Amino acid sequence: MSQALVELRDVTRSFPGPPEVQALKGINLSVNPGEYVSIVGPSGSGKSTMLNILGLLDRPSVGEYRFDGHLTGGLDEDTRAAVRAQRIGFVFQAFHLMPRRSVLENVMMPMLYSGTPRTEREDRAREALHRVGLGHRIDFLPGLLSGGERQRVAVARAVVTRPKLLLADEPTGNLDGATTAGVMALFEELVTDGLALIIITHDQAVARRAPQCVRIDDGRASTDG
Amino acid sequence: MTRSARTPVEPVDDAEVVPVTDLLDPVPAADRYSFVDLLIEATSDLGTRPARLLMTLAGTILGIGALVATIGFAQTTAGQLARQFDAFAATQLIASPATAQTAGGDSVATTRLPWDAVERIERLAGVEQAAMISDVDLGSGTLTAVPVNDPSAPASAPPRLFASSAGLVDTLEGRIVHGRLFDDGHDLRRDRVAVLGSRLAERLGITRVDSQPSIFIDGLPYAVLGVFDGVQQRAELLDGVIIPTGAARDDFGLGAPGEVQARIAVGAGPPLADQSALALAPDAPETIDVAAPQGRSDLAADVQADVNLIFVVLSVIVLLAGGVGIANVTMLSVMERTGEIGLRRAIGATRRQIASQFIAESVVIGILGGLLGATAGVFAVLVIAVSQGWTPVITPWVAGSGVLLGAVVGLLAGGLPARRAAGVEPVTALRGS
Repeated sequence: MSQALVELRDVTRSFPGPPEVQALKGINLSVNPGEYVSIVGPSGSGKSTMLNILGLLDRPSVGEYRFDGHLTGGLDEDTRAAVRAQRIGFVFQAFHLMPRRSVLENVMMPMLYSGTPRTEREDRAREALHRVGLGHRIDFLPGLLSGGERQRVAVARAVVTRPKLLLADEPTGNLDGATTAGVMALFEELVTDGLALIIITHDQAVARRAPQCVRIDDGRASTDG
Repeated sequence: MTRSARTPVEPVDDAEVVPVTDLLDPVPAADRYSFVDLLIEATSDLGTRPARLLMTLAGTILGIGALVATIGFAQTTAGQLARQFDAFAATQLIASPATAQTAGGDSVATTRLPWDAVERIERLAGVEQAAMISDVDLGSGTLTAVPVNDPSAPASAPPRLFASSAGLVDTLEGRIVHGRLFDDGHDLRRDRVAVLGSRLAERLGITRVDSQPSIFIDGLPYAVLGVFDGVQQRAELLDGVIIPTGAARDDFGLGAPGEVQARIAVGAGPPLADQSALALAPDAPETIDVAAPQGRSDLAADVQADVNLIFVVLSVIVLLAGGVGIANVTMLSVMERTGEIGLRRAIGATRRQIASQFIAESVVIGILGGLLGATAGVFAVLVIAVSQGWTPVITPWVAGSGVLLGAVVGLLAGGLPARRAAGVEPVTALRGS
């Protein structure tokens, strides 16, 4: 078995109150490269907190998080930002596209911070957009695209830096059934390329497509059938 | 894979140093986030909301425009004042014998000016024209327009009588109202001719000189050749009669010229003060008093300083309002763009990069406001100066400083919003939007 890409060991995240809230309680999780894991659970169960810790946007209060074999607790803010830029891609339910930048500019943006060679940036953004089927929308503004197209732009933006881990928070929450199927097919294709994918979802159909599904209830994790 | 929950381990030590060489790819300097990237990011969205941009710029444009226009107006009006002031005061030189107090308390001249004083002075570089002028004491003599002495007429002081060389009125930049002035020929021939100041001519009822009316000075008839006006520097001449020096020497025993009046080039005053004393009395220059203008007018400089101070204070207040405007809009922008800040942090931007982007945006807005304000200020000075027929004067650095000041205002105004933007937690930002 290869080395885990992400590994949470007894991770607890509490927020000082009053009243103090323990959003995560002793979570253990291990995801290898090329694995596809879905995380389900009711609202407020701690799913997003877990995703933020996995994405190095937040730190565990207790426990340890290893990313690609490295303990992340001792990383300073700038290094965490650099790891996010080079190794982690994010897809959000609300897309978070820049409304006044073209589709191409939106996809190029992460490479500004990841240190991708300048000469390759535009070609890589075009390639990513072609891969998600939006080669014909390159110069459009996001406002002119459908919801599904916008989410595909967000996926292209998340993978353009060739990350090892893709974190998606309710990526199909704003999409209809047919569009959801298209986006999920895209995710599955990326996983076959060796990307580790962790999806948070409320949608049971989406969750069931993942080989592994983790249920979180009141901050505690359990393997879901 | 999940595992069952276990006893929590010790909290992670944040100070622990972790080698990250194999966690991150090395990035060549050329591919790192650069100043050019910062400028591109700061200006990319600048024109996408023109109405808001204009509102943001308004305060800075007004403040810097007012500042540049104020300094420009002050310089233009000071230049105008100096020009008018120089036209009269800064171009006139008067040389006269020094005086000393006698034991009885009277002032007496310590020397006499030579009769060729005009020639001596006119030889000096910077002197445009010179003329002698002397007060002629009539004693109890009279000066009338009729040959008879009317005992019933009310007693009044006679007009003052002056003797001068030809060219006095020209030297004083006066003008002829009627007739002509006497010339060197009249002076040499010692002709009994006179010219009158305009106020005296009016008093004597002399309105035409084509038939050369006579006036009677101590009973001697003098033909009036002309009437002059406009000698602002020697307004007393307007109430007097001027006769040639030659006639004054013959008829009234004028012993020596009273003083030499000269019109000189602007700025020639200081050197000519020394030179003219030496020219008139080479063996004892200290016996000659010379009143010469001292370079540039102090009055004009004072006026410029006063005007500057008042309006600069007003403009700075407007500019402060402009800075607060930029700060407000940038702060609003930070709040509106929380989602964008969260996204940028998520995809790898550091706090410093976020802060520098908002500061850069604010500085760019400040520079733009400074540029437009300085242009508007210079344009306002030009329009008003040209419409008044003045020469617009504005030091080049004023416009340049306007742009620089805009940048400084932007920098100061962007500080607080940038700090706030850098403090935005990506988790909160992404959840909130």
